[in-house]
Amino acid sequence: MNQAVQWTAAEVMPEREPVLELIGVPDEDVPEHIEALYDGAMQVLSDVAEPAGVVSEISEADFAEVYAGDGRNDPHTPVADIFPGADRLALFTVTMGEGTSAAIAKCFASHDFALGSMLDSAASAAVERAAELVERSYEEALCAGGWEAPPGAVLRYSPGYCGWHVSGQRRLFDYLEPERIGVTLRSSFLMEPLKSTSGVLIAAPQDVHAFAPTYSFCSRCETKGCRQRIRALLAR
Amino acid sequence: MKLLVQTANGVIGGDDQRVADLTRQLIEQGVAAKTILDEGLIAGMDTVGQQFKAHEIFLPDVLLAAKAMYAGMELLKPQFIEEGVPSLGRVVIGTIRGDLHDIGKNLVGIMLKGAGFDVIDLGKDVPPEDMVRAATEREASVIGMSALLTTTMPAMQEVVEILERDGLSKEISTIVGGAPVTKDFARDIGATAHGYDAANAVERVKQLIPEA
Repeated sequence: MNQAVQWTAAEVMPEREPVLELIGVPDEDVPEHIEALYDGAMQVLSDVAEPAGVVSEISEADFAEVYAGDGRNDPHTPVADIFPGADRLALFTVTMGEGTSAAIAKCFASHDFALGSMLDSAASAAVERAAELVERSYEEALCAGGWEAPPGAVLRYSPGYCGWHVSGQRRLFDYLEPERIGVTLRSSFLMEPLKSTSGVLIAAPQDVHAFAPTYSFCSRCETKGCRQRIRALLAR
Repeated sequence: MKLLVQTANGVIGGDDQRVADLTRQLIEQGVAAKTILDEGLIAGMDTVGQQFKAHEIFLPDVLLAAKAMYAGMELLKPQFIEEGVPSLGRVVIGTIRGDLHDIGKNLVGIMLKGAGFDVIDLGKDVPPEDMVRAATEREASVIGMSALLTTTMPAMQEVVEILERDGLSKEISTIVGGAPVTKDFARDIGATAHGYDAANAVERVKQLIPEA
């Protein structure tokens, strides 16, 4: 598998809760004026988003080279422990496109700070939604092709998280070539357009993904996002 | 004066049209720009800042109030130029070299302006030497830097080092912030202060500028 995909904006529209959470508003008794802002931001996102992605399968040996990057990863990481137990691996990048970043900047330039911030949150949540779509479609494609690791699951992991140094983006980009969907990498390893994400999809038996949060960096992690993902995985 | 209180309330309510109308009326009545700014616009933003700190309102409320404040500020600009209204102090801000994430930096800039500071926003991907040059040329007292990537954080240290090398570190303070930037990191690179969020950054800048 090595393919570029495009979605309609409607397909990547995020759920309401993560958008509000990102802007610091609990999703209960939301004041009317913030509801209006939320609706406005979702409308703008729907108008300007050009969601696209690229996915390419990679062998374990090639991924080992990509993952090694410039040798700046933490000595012990979940991905290093997980990928040798994987059945299949694929690299991915997804983006909301440059128009989304331009729309956010336009809001701030015209002093529509609240709408701009809500749009920024919505776009970030939409990128995650697109990454989830890639994750699910890869899993479905593997299952359709006879992947029978019972019970198996595909989960994504990204440079910049869980000890995988962000400089790993360089080799990931060299292999995947996300430039074909308009995503480029700066010398600081930052992707442009800004509302983009990348990483590896690891197809493995569920228990392989279920790592304990005992790595050296886990105590400094503020999101603990892995716990929720693993709980959801084991609840399937 | 009743109109000034109404202006402050307009800011608190995030009603940009009303704030613009009231500011126009105040200007027509000959009220000094500094009075309108201090007792109307900044007074309103000050209340908003306190409400936000007390978790009584949400970030979008602060940003709606900021838009209302800017609506008044725009009308006062000609008066500012004419009267030379002093600010609480001048701050240069920017997202450091290599980084394009500017939402946090923008929020800090908005809230600093709302508190009465003169803010020079250099934008994003700003080289360290440009930060220092802008601060010296514009006689700023503080340089505020933000980063969202761990890979761009070292450029903040370069700013601190340039200030030290050029003997400017006593005149120009530095404050750093951004998701991966911690108090320990700020201390390690020799930054004067760390702001853990936009509201905290404003408080820290007030401490850095004695007359503020």
